[in-house]
Amino acid sequence: MSKTAVSFEDALTRYQPVMGLEVHVELNSATKMFCGCPTEFGAEPNTQVCPVCLGLPGALPVVNAKAIESAIRIGLALNCSIATWCRFARKNYFYPDMPKNFQTSQYDEPIAFEGYVDLEVDGEIFRIEIERAHMEEDTGKSLHVGGSTGRIHGADHSLLDYNRAGIPLIEIVTKTIEVPGDKAPAVARAYVNYLRDLMVALDVSDARMDQGSLRADVNLSLKPLGSDTLGTRSETKNVNSFRSVERAVRFEVGRHAEILDGGGSIIQETRHFHEADGSTSAGRPKSDADDYRYFPEPDLAPVAPDPAWVEELRATLPEPPADRRKRLQAEWGFNDLDMRDTIGAGALDLVADTVAAGAAPAAAKKWWLGELARTANEQGTDVSALAITPAQVAEIQAMIDAGRLNDKLARQVFVGVLAGEGSPDEVVTARGLEVVSDDGALSAAVDRAIENDPAAVQKIRDGKAAAAGALIGFVMKEMRGQADAGRVRELIMEKLG
Amino acid sequence: MKAMSSPEISRDDVAHLASLARIELSDDELDRLGADLPAILEHVKVVQGVAGADVPAMSHPVPLTNVFRPDVVTPGLTPEQALEMAPASEEQRFLVPKILGEE
Amino acid sequence: MSDLTRLSAAELADSLASGQTTSVEITQQHLDRIAAVDGQINAFLHVDPDGALAAAAEVDRRRAAGEDLAALAGVPVAVKDVLATTGLPTTCGSKMLEGWIPPYDATVVARLKAAGMPILGKTNMDEFAMGSSTEHSAYGPTRNPWDTSRIPGGSGGGSAAAVAAFEAPLAIGTDTGGSIRQPGAVTGTVGVKPTYGGVSRYGLVAMASSLDQAGPVTRTVLDAALLHEVMAGHDVRDSTSLAAEVPPVVAAARRADVAGLRVGVITELGGEGFEPGVRARFDESLELLAKAGAEIVEVSCPSFEHALAAYYLVMPSEVSSNLAKFDAMRYGLRVSPEGVVDPSAEQVMAASRDAGFGDEVKRRIILGTYALSSGYYDAYYGSAQKVRTLIAQDFENAFAKVDVLASPTAPTVAWPLGEKLDDPLAMYLQDIATIPANLAGVPGISLPVGLSEGLPVGLQFLAPALGDDRLYNAGAALERLLTERDGAAFASLIPELEVAR
Repeated sequence: MSKTAVSFEDALTRYQPVMGLEVHVELNSATKMFCGCPTEFGAEPNTQVCPVCLGLPGALPVVNAKAIESAIRIGLALNCSIATWCRFARKNYFYPDMPKNFQTSQYDEPIAFEGYVDLEVDGEIFRIEIERAHMEEDTGKSLHVGGSTGRIHGADHSLLDYNRAGIPLIEIVTKTIEVPGDKAPAVARAYVNYLRDLMVALDVSDARMDQGSLRADVNLSLKPLGSDTLGTRSETKNVNSFRSVERAVRFEVGRHAEILDGGGSIIQETRHFHEADGSTSAGRPKSDADDYRYFPEPDLAPVAPDPAWVEELRATLPEPPADRRKRLQAEWGFNDLDMRDTIGAGALDLVADTVAAGAAPAAAKKWWLGELARTANEQGTDVSALAITPAQVAEIQAMIDAGRLNDKLARQVFVGVLAGEGSPDEVVTARGLEVVSDDGALSAAVDRAIENDPAAVQKIRDGKAAAAGALIGFVMKEMRGQADAGRVRELIMEKLG
Repeated sequence: MKAMSSPEISRDDVAHLASLARIELSDDELDRLGADLPAILEHVKVVQGVAGADVPAMSHPVPLTNVFRPDVVTPGLTPEQALEMAPASEEQRFLVPKILGEE
Repeated sequence: MSDLTRLSAAELADSLASGQTTSVEITQQHLDRIAAVDGQINAFLHVDPDGALAAAAEVDRRRAAGEDLAALAGVPVAVKDVLATTGLPTTCGSKMLEGWIPPYDATVVARLKAAGMPILGKTNMDEFAMGSSTEHSAYGPTRNPWDTSRIPGGSGGGSAAAVAAFEAPLAIGTDTGGSIRQPGAVTGTVGVKPTYGGVSRYGLVAMASSLDQAGPVTRTVLDAALLHEVMAGHDVRDSTSLAAEVPPVVAAARRADVAGLRVGVITELGGEGFEPGVRARFDESLELLAKAGAEIVEVSCPSFEHALAAYYLVMPSEVSSNLAKFDAMRYGLRVSPEGVVDPSAEQVMAASRDAGFGDEVKRRIILGTYALSSGYYDAYYGSAQKVRTLIAQDFENAFAKVDVLASPTAPTVAWPLGEKLDDPLAMYLQDIATIPANLAGVPGISLPVGLSEGLPVGLQFLAPALGDDRLYNAGAALERLLTERDGAAFASLIPELEVAR
């Protein structure tokens, strides 16, 4: 983890962080924003293109009705007002991955505006105010060829694939967020996490940060404690995991403080986040080249959603997250701490899905917050990005409940599934992890245990059942952990009873 | 030709506009546009103050709203068609010179 | 064999329907005519003999098989080079798109093909439709068949000259500020700018999206109506396309009756700056209309005074954005900057845009970039859009009093090549009477109403949105009155060109 000369904690003794978060959500519509091309992720290059999304001379855009519907539902779920009349606007700038050299977006007339969401972080509620949510289109992808790094610098030339060009995006912009400095990174993370959960609940986006269908930009500035003067902000682009959102805030707070402490001034610029060490590096300075010359898109008619339609869409909204949490907590019998830990680990949906797949709530929580959270932490990723599904977790738990696995064996099954060795069943078979409950093999081992530890045998005969643990431990060792502990206990009691 | 002096737009302004418009104008072109543009602007600036604050701006000549299409896939181009007119291509992608800037 | 190139499209359609001739014969004669005279006119950028003859043979086969065919099936047409045509170059008169062959058809082109109309080729134009003389074509100017030392108007000088020179019975034009009507006026042809949204813009390479409209270019009003019905109608690919029924333009052209029609003469158009000969022909036309029972009244449209200024802000603003796509990355000209080793994409874009665009295009891109730029938007683009509202209100007020408005189409007759080339403002003034219709989205027709100094003069009728049929009724009536007065159709006055052998 890269460190700044001024630590995050030290910076907070002198400065108040002020954040702004811009999140881009790629919609999961079947077709693009303005044309009928498909939107499959990972298709062969330039196989999902047409005259419209390639920006060929003469082609014209037509708005995807599903994208409008999704934009309104997102706006409503963010407690926004929905515009009664709004237009698309052209944002004019040149970039090779943008076929028309303008992005069709919205400017001063967003479809949704003035909303809020309430986040719970460490048991405390934080209200994040939403400035706007507007519709726009994604760009193509460039591949930089040559040079040593494969990155943009040092490349000989670039190769362009326009499959992504024109995929509908919703950009969600917060107002400035000022929370107690020590909470800022967690609040930023919780906000992005909240949006992800919301998009999934609305079924409007895959919201996969690892695939870029949910991308966060973190704007940050510092102001001296007690001052009302906002500092100059940096804009850290495309931070691609929840954890990275938190790290980016921490890093930028330290970096800004270091510059300000030294009497320097912050340059308004975009910055890149580096996953490897949690640092950011300078991107492009903001300049008058950012004169985007917005004007209303003449090729598209204004959007004027019928209020009755908006109300119909409101009725399709999923349960608000706060209500849902209350309901789940009651259903699962979790105490406040259990619930907070579950949410904090970004595992609420995972636990819910695991319970839905048949596991007991406590068991689901145990695995997601224990074994799996540890693994995610080691891998530097989010628990939701692990290569295991809630259904698989429930399947493993079912094997435990059926006595086919014990916890120790189950951990090995998790390792195998996460390593891509196959389904839980396949891992159990391939690794030979099944619990032995065959009485013949177990009985012989129990006999050896009785013979080996007369003291424990005496205690059991004296009525101290807990002493059976020593004998069970012996048997487990003999059986390399694959014995059915319950059956072993029964056999011991039978033999000594 | 010498650029006409104008309070509205200088030769440097033209150069800045050309960079926004991504056109590498020659010195001669800068001179000519530096002279043309003030003359044209002198003529078109009469639009200022013609309409009061209460007059709405008209972006679309016919008042249509809510023109949408269903979210249904329609046939597009094959990669061959898409790339046929490209100045250069490689690996089924458009080949362009190295990109310096970023967004 | 009779000279089929002298017939109107309606006459050709009749002789095809009655089996007196074939589409192959008609198409071949027009191709021959192009070969014979286009060296002098330069109306065509590309001629497609094989494609045209194949389409003609196909429609002849279908007719012989007794299939139900469209009214103009088999009648060939020329298409302005600003409309995308599969397999045929589409250059927009620019070096930027030299050799570009679109992988798709514009909706208008698809409709021509569906109607069984052979496409003779693509016509010359001012680069990206910017100009009033066709001298801004990167492929040399088109010349006026009335006097080949003079301009044919623009931007659609190629389509107008092709029709005037009997190289095509019909042509497609596009009109952003007068590019169909002004060439019509100075070449003695009929040109119609339909209601905005009446004809699909899909595949029309945009100059100014909120102003562009494709329309017919012909020698008679009825021919224009017949072609209008082929082109027009709702298109789901164009979000600004109107879902309304196509106005009954053919029926209106056949009716041609102005008895009781209220014709408003626009006070602000026709006075200062309009040549005496142009005004004389206009006034005589009004007298003819009055004698035929029309009621002539004067109507003031005070905001038209600012139309040219508003247009030269709105149009270049949209141009600056619409033409950004020409960046040498995906198609079109790619040029490396001189003296730069291993240039970047950004440098190649800038060099290609300098090399690929002509002076007028660059002038408008820079002007539009300025009008939209931070700090100037409200003063220029914003103010111009408000003037647009005032102009639309003027039209609304006027059409509350009259059925159609009338004015001379252009202030002058055709001028000698080169005369206005170094004076952009003088060139822009050519559009003073045609621009208001584009700003408000209303339809307009120009038709020839006589000669001044031996050169054609045009009169323009304007109608409310979706009142295109009124234009055809008034236009056809005036055309008939003039023919009756002169004892000959206007096209018979077109001078003979020298024919190359």
